[in-house]
Amino acid sequence: MSLKRTDVLLCCGSGCVSAGALKLKEKLLQEIVKRGLSDEINIIETGCMGPCDYGPVMMVYPEGVFYKKVALTDVEELVEEHFMKGRPIKRLMVQESEEVYPTKKEIPFYQLQEKVALKNCGLINPEKIEEYIATGGYEALGKVLTEMKPADVIQIIKDSGLRGRGGAGFPTAMKWKFVYDQKNDEKYVICNGDEGDPGAFMDRSLLEGDPHKILEGMMIAAYAVGAKKGFFYIRAEYPLAIKRIKIAIEQSKKYGFLGEAIFDSDFAFDAEVRTGAGAFVCGEETALIASLEGKRGHPVLKPPYPAISGLWNKPTLVNNVETLANLSAIIINGADWFSKMGTETSKGTKVFALTGDLNNTGLVEVPMGITLKDLIYKVGGGISEGKKFKAVQLGGPSGGCLMDEHLSVQIDYESLQQKGAMMGSGGVIVMDDSNCMVNVAKFFLEFSVEESCGKCTPCRVGLREMYLILDRITKGEGKPEDLDKLEKLGKTVKELSLCGLGQSAPNPVLSTIRYFRKEYEEHIFNKRCEAKVCPDLVHFLIDKDKCLGCGLCAQKCPAKCIIGSREEKYEIVQTDCVKCSTCVEVCPVNVIEKLSGQFDASPKQEFKKYADLYE
Amino acid sequence: MENNQALHGALFKDLETVITEKKDQRDPLIEVLHSAQEIFGYLPAEVQKFVSEKLDIPLAQVYGVVTFYNFFSMKPRGKHVINVCTGTACYVKGAPRLIQMLKEELGIEMGETTEDKLFTLTSVRCVGACSLAPVIVIGDETYGRIDSRKKLKKIIDSYRE
Repeated sequence: MSLKRTDVLLCCGSGCVSAGALKLKEKLLQEIVKRGLSDEINIIETGCMGPCDYGPVMMVYPEGVFYKKVALTDVEELVEEHFMKGRPIKRLMVQESEEVYPTKKEIPFYQLQEKVALKNCGLINPEKIEEYIATGGYEALGKVLTEMKPADVIQIIKDSGLRGRGGAGFPTAMKWKFVYDQKNDEKYVICNGDEGDPGAFMDRSLLEGDPHKILEGMMIAAYAVGAKKGFFYIRAEYPLAIKRIKIAIEQSKKYGFLGEAIFDSDFAFDAEVRTGAGAFVCGEETALIASLEGKRGHPVLKPPYPAISGLWNKPTLVNNVETLANLSAIIINGADWFSKMGTETSKGTKVFALTGDLNNTGLVEVPMGITLKDLIYKVGGGISEGKKFKAVQLGGPSGGCLMDEHLSVQIDYESLQQKGAMMGSGGVIVMDDSNCMVNVAKFFLEFSVEESCGKCTPCRVGLREMYLILDRITKGEGKPEDLDKLEKLGKTVKELSLCGLGQSAPNPVLSTIRYFRKEYEEHIFNKRCEAKVCPDLVHFLIDKDKCLGCGLCAQKCPAKCIIGSREEKYEIVQTDCVKCSTCVEVCPVNVIEKLSGQFDASPKQEFKKYADLYE
Repeated sequence: MENNQALHGALFKDLETVITEKKDQRDPLIEVLHSAQEIFGYLPAEVQKFVSEKLDIPLAQVYGVVTFYNFFSMKPRGKHVINVCTGTACYVKGAPRLIQMLKEELGIEMGETTEDKLFTLTSVRCVGACSLAPVIVIGDETYGRIDSRKKLKKIIDSYRE
């Protein structure tokens, strides 16, 4: 690898790739060859840099200039002005209300962030082990193998206060100790990369953006508990993550970090990748183990815990991707450094996937204890299109929805749980006032109904019953006793299910009933959906006074339920309307309105119509 | 017809090679099924039977695994499988509407294949491209922020050639 004067770090995370990063790379290379700059400029594909909304993004070193939304048409100017003449292009920098932020450290999105797990993501080429080593990679493994005993490693992790990042927040060191205490020649470590929570993509980004760090973390954990073999269980939906981990395994074998006598110690280790097959329940550790054994992913009763009897009935440690990503930094910087970040009970940082109706969606890493408000408004840049904040959903289908009065809540495991939400894997979905909370609850429940493995009756049947009630409510057929029924069923399912899926699946319903009860009541008693989401609780009206009579709506209406003529203007036959919104979209003068509530054809309304005529 | 059979035979040979490669792994069933689906496009009964014999695993267990996991399909699929992401972020950003538009555009329901065998329409649980919601995945390509019929049609048409 030759040294070149300029390094262009091009984000090739999933967000930027679909925004055209790979085509951009091609074009950049062409332009650079054309101008004879091949020996001077390096184009490096990196993992996710975080701010997906700005994609495709790139950073140009040595200056560290950060560019956003770089289009193919910008390439010529970029090469000519910046790469050749050294004049960075202001127009492509991040700008907010006349303020220009030339480099990463000035951009508001990064201000409150503290990167530990994501430290290398977006800074190195994930397919080159040399780049990982250059950032201090495998140093922690060396230190552990040559200077520390397994018990020392467990102690450091215990002192750091690290807790599992997969959802439940179980103390990592305690889990390790259980496996360590087992006297058995055969033990296993599994990296849980079955990131199933819709709305979470931190594990994907970590595996894709810094695979060696996860591998190193796995080896540190394996040494601590006494395992010789590790498995990466990764979702089939993440082919790039699978590819990158496989590359990482090959490369570290070549360098002697994997295999026999690593760092001349007597520690031997080998790792293998196994692919998931699209079952959410496999994120649960016993189901994951069943799947790894080539079986249907059914969870089993705990105890015995996997730490005692896991994969092939051997002691097994299952750790989440992000948990493993924290290990090398703790070993190098010490437990104190880590435990200084965060709150009393939740130490360190947490990676969150910010999505939904936000200005800056993307992947962020912040110290534990940050308030929801800071996360949403300072890091996330506030609600998009100037709309109003309504709710934030944390923890995926197992988590809950919180509302504006919770914005001052500190994010840590306990505080969130207390409020009826949970940390989960870190998906944060922000919703503005155009979302119907009953519908959101129904969405999550539908997910859980489909993903229930079917083993326990409360989860299989109970969730389905809950879903049917919600479905009725959204169709305007809710009954007064429905809310009590939902709460009772929810509690039953929570208490009687075997695994985490059933135990937490009612949470989205219970939390929305708790905080948005009025909205449920509006649906049940007044048959209205104020957010205008539930199709059976809205109707459409054409303002005849402003209608041009062009007939486009009638032409496009799939139900053929709009009648009229140029002279008479147009009108919707309410009984036939399928509520598809097509008319609203095609109307050239925007005079068709979507209204909350069912169409009321009672004489009162008819009377009003005639009264209007007389005016 | 003969041609077809020859082709079929070749596919089974490919599968056998994969099985021989993976046989040394412990419990490789799911990995083998992934490869089999890649080779055949889906997992019909005869393929499952073949896998069961070669790996010496009861057919009932193979069938049980195939039907448990969403990723495996027992129905032939179109040349291009359109996966609509139905994760939360996509849902919030309008996935239900996107599905409606796709159904209208292709004239099929979810899980079905178009008559010309070009497209199969299915949904997927979050592809982890949440910041681009709503998202569809066709093959290895991810398309984000599909907020209009026009944008969607352009994407679909690019596969119609």
